[in-house]
Amino acid sequence: MNNDGCARGDIAGGSDGDAAALAGCGTGRRVSYQLYIDGGIRLVADAWLAESLLGVLRDHLGVMSVKDACEQGRCGSCSVLMDGRLVASCTVLAADAAGAVVTTVAGLGAGGPARAVRAAFLAHGAVQCGFCTPGFVVAVTDLLARRPDADEDEIREALAGNICRCTGYGRIMAAIRSIQDTRR
Amino acid sequence: MADSRSSGDQEFTDHAAAGQGIGRSVPRPDGADKIDGTFPYAGDLFLPGMLHARTLRSPHPRARIRRIDTAAARRLPGVAAVVTAGDVPGRATYGLIVADQPVFARDVVRYQGEPVAAVAARDARAAVRALAAIDVDYEPLPAVTDPERIVSVGGEVDPLHPDGNIFREIHLRHGDPAARGTVQVSDSYVVGMQDQAFLGCEAALVVPTADGGIDMRVATQWLHSDREQIAACLGIPEDRVRLTLAGVGGAFGGREDITLQIHGALLARVTGQPLRIRYDRVESFLGHPHRHPARLWFRHTASRRGQLVSVHARVVLDGGAYASSSPAVLANAVTHASGPYRVPHTVVDGWVVRTNNPPCGAMRGFGVPQVAFGHEAQMDRLADALGMDPVELRRRNVLEPGDVLPTGQLVADPLPLREAIATVAARPLPAPVSDRTPVTSLPGGRLAAADPGRVRRGVGYALAYKNLLFSEGFDDFSTARVRLELGPDGTPRAVVHSACAEVGQGFVTIAGQIVRTELGVDQVLLAPADTAIGSAGPTSASRQTWMSGGAVRAAAVTVAERLLGRAAGRLGLPPEVVAEPRRLLALADGEIVASEAGTRLPLADLLADGPVEAVEVFRHRRTQPLGPDGQGDVHVAFAVAAHRAVVDVDVDLGLVRVVSMALAQDVGMVLNPMALRGQAEGGTAQGLGLALMEELVVDGGVVRNPTFHDYVLPTIADVPALDFVALTHAQPGAPYGVKGVGEAATCSATPAVVAAVRAAIGRDLRRVPIRPQDLVLPPGQAHPADLVRPDAGGGG
Repeated sequence: MNNDGCARGDIAGGSDGDAAALAGCGTGRRVSYQLYIDGGIRLVADAWLAESLLGVLRDHLGVMSVKDACEQGRCGSCSVLMDGRLVASCTVLAADAAGAVVTTVAGLGAGGPARAVRAAFLAHGAVQCGFCTPGFVVAVTDLLARRPDADEDEIREALAGNICRCTGYGRIMAAIRSIQDTRR
Repeated sequence: MADSRSSGDQEFTDHAAAGQGIGRSVPRPDGADKIDGTFPYAGDLFLPGMLHARTLRSPHPRARIRRIDTAAARRLPGVAAVVTAGDVPGRATYGLIVADQPVFARDVVRYQGEPVAAVAARDARAAVRALAAIDVDYEPLPAVTDPERIVSVGGEVDPLHPDGNIFREIHLRHGDPAARGTVQVSDSYVVGMQDQAFLGCEAALVVPTADGGIDMRVATQWLHSDREQIAACLGIPEDRVRLTLAGVGGAFGGREDITLQIHGALLARVTGQPLRIRYDRVESFLGHPHRHPARLWFRHTASRRGQLVSVHARVVLDGGAYASSSPAVLANAVTHASGPYRVPHTVVDGWVVRTNNPPCGAMRGFGVPQVAFGHEAQMDRLADALGMDPVELRRRNVLEPGDVLPTGQLVADPLPLREAIATVAARPLPAPVSDRTPVTSLPGGRLAAADPGRVRRGVGYALAYKNLLFSEGFDDFSTARVRLELGPDGTPRAVVHSACAEVGQGFVTIAGQIVRTELGVDQVLLAPADTAIGSAGPTSASRQTWMSGGAVRAAAVTVAERLLGRAAGRLGLPPEVVAEPRRLLALADGEIVASEAGTRLPLADLLADGPVEAVEVFRHRRTQPLGPDGQGDVHVAFAVAAHRAVVDVDVDLGLVRVVSMALAQDVGMVLNPMALRGQAEGGTAQGLGLALMEELVVDGGVVRNPTFHDYVLPTIADVPALDFVALTHAQPGAPYGVKGVGEAATCSATPAVVAAVRAAIGRDLRRVPIRPQDLVLPPGQAHPADLVRPDAGGGG
């Protein structure tokens, strides 16, 4: 994925072959559809069929809180909920998300569990550069909603799809534990 | 901090304003925006109607360019400009230390991914089509990818660049090169290429200006170095190049070098239109320099009682195609090669050479993690040979104040090495593997379902020290402005202006804490970091809290001085008091207090006459260049770290789980316990990554894994909780006695994890990252032929 929204399998970025593969994108079908994002309806007009949800969110709709770090489903920076299920939005075709309820960090709500997650991340220093943070907030909120009493191993397994390069995860774990402790 | 030994916390908090001064776990001022996703990173910025720029890169590690034809690309709809080497109006090359890297390759490419052309188009899709339409006729040449070959031929055969093939060589001699102890261990070690892998890929927004210059918002580590290089290559005065820091999604050394800045600036000038230039992950991997791969050889000798007598070392770093910061990285590797130990006789021969591999430069630790892996492996081997406990061997040999380093430099400041290693050795150990251990806690986690009977536990230790700030006589400084004024609501506030690049490390937090402590105001605003003020130097070398923190503190102190002077005048005190107002006046809790008269003047009253402002430049003590034989007072100061790692290894699958890590780190004094922990934990995780998984695999000059799918980073399932102890001994010459904390832990984490794995399975592990085959294949196959031979030649 690039910011032109073209998926590709070739990893030899910048090579002749890569440029050729990318240039082949954008010749497919163009479509228009609606997305339900954070409680609102957004019209996506004239998008390529192959564009990812991440690409459409950022490049068509200007939803910049959804981050683009790897575009391979490996880092979780673009985590959103789709019909309540945690997904890497770079691995979802945007057109497939038409009709689904998409929730980004902004749609998690000002109160409830998301509020506790936000407050704990700030208070416990779980944020450094912050690039992974919106995705982590979505993933942690999702985990604690499903498994409020998850033990340490379960937490670590559940969040292993979200890469943080700054914190070494210590303050993220501290934030999560503080939320669990407050509830008990 | 619960287990910090800081005795200075109380002292700091006494005059901290509203609990937000130094010594407190103040949260980040940008934290809420980052959590909500509203914090604007460089790649999030856009302007209506902006162009989109992309870069064409060489697919070959080495080739002659016979011809570049851009005519077809220029004719494509939506393409605004295509630029190549011939379009660079100023200096054709750039570089952090030596300008040896072409803005665009002209007649030869020297690494896979070297920029050849760049395009700007109305959208990214059109830009990509234009790249594909550029016809470059390459004649591939045999790539030189073995750094040992460059060393063995003396660098002069088949020069890859007019500057030659050796960026630097150092031959350190200290003591008697013939001296030997009775016990000897020697071996070779290999360090793979690590990448910084910051999450926010390179990006900049560039706007051409009416004066023929550019405004740029960019994610970088050093605005002023970028500006100097951009201006030189555009051939315009520096004051027409105005840079502002955009949100930076991590750095770790990977943004010290120019990547897309000059390309973006050139395209904006050529098109006369605003544009965004950015990389995706693959291009990020190809576009910025990495940590130097290293080939190391050591021979340690000691007395029977375990006193080190001599260390001989050979250090070969692969600098890749261009210099970047290679000369400085080599100086670090050579001067730290024998580790934080008292060694009477030291011989180190070091080279950093040019190859057709990707350029290498700065990454957290800057040459020290490579040699720390080697010298700590050697200390363990020596302990084995002596039949001595590895912790005890280290305790007997650590440097102490009054000792002399292999450079001849005297250890003058606190260096709590013995305390560090003793501290981690005394921390409680995790419970051993038993029948009750859940399978998710074994190597491989939930997926691997390891057999507990085939899991081996190991414990390893490592000790390292890392220089702080710039070395070798560099005139290093930072500039800061502090203004105390009345805000719109009539309450006093301070505004801080510094060009310090906030890359996630938390300078924005620390700067506020310092100003609150010095001026007693609650409200501190940070102006955007930009080139409208003097340089703050780079966010690297563990230097910003010390250097830019020092500049902010100095400016705040001057503001306080001027404010007290104004108060003395207002109170009608005699001229000698106005000149030296601290004799009678003090600033406390937002008021000026006249100690004798008991008079109090609110800050707001004084500031009604106008703001008080000061600009200060902070410098650290001067050092010397590294002289002949690698001698000289070259380093400003050092920080110490000791790690203990506990690992479980699945001996069938070759999987490792790090069960626990303990760290004792020498931090000077603690300014923000929470931020300090974050640095210690993050630095540890990157060292763990180098030990067990992170390697950019380069084969014949071609990068095989430039994606997050194939470049494996530590996840939350890989990094255990860190048992962290801060050792506090005030550092002379530093603001509040602080030391930089970003790097030391990275240097000791890697060797500690390797030592633990070695202890678990009883194999000599001489390569990082450790790969599963290194753990399960028969030893003869586990070590590839890429290990360096000590007799590989090269003189010295």
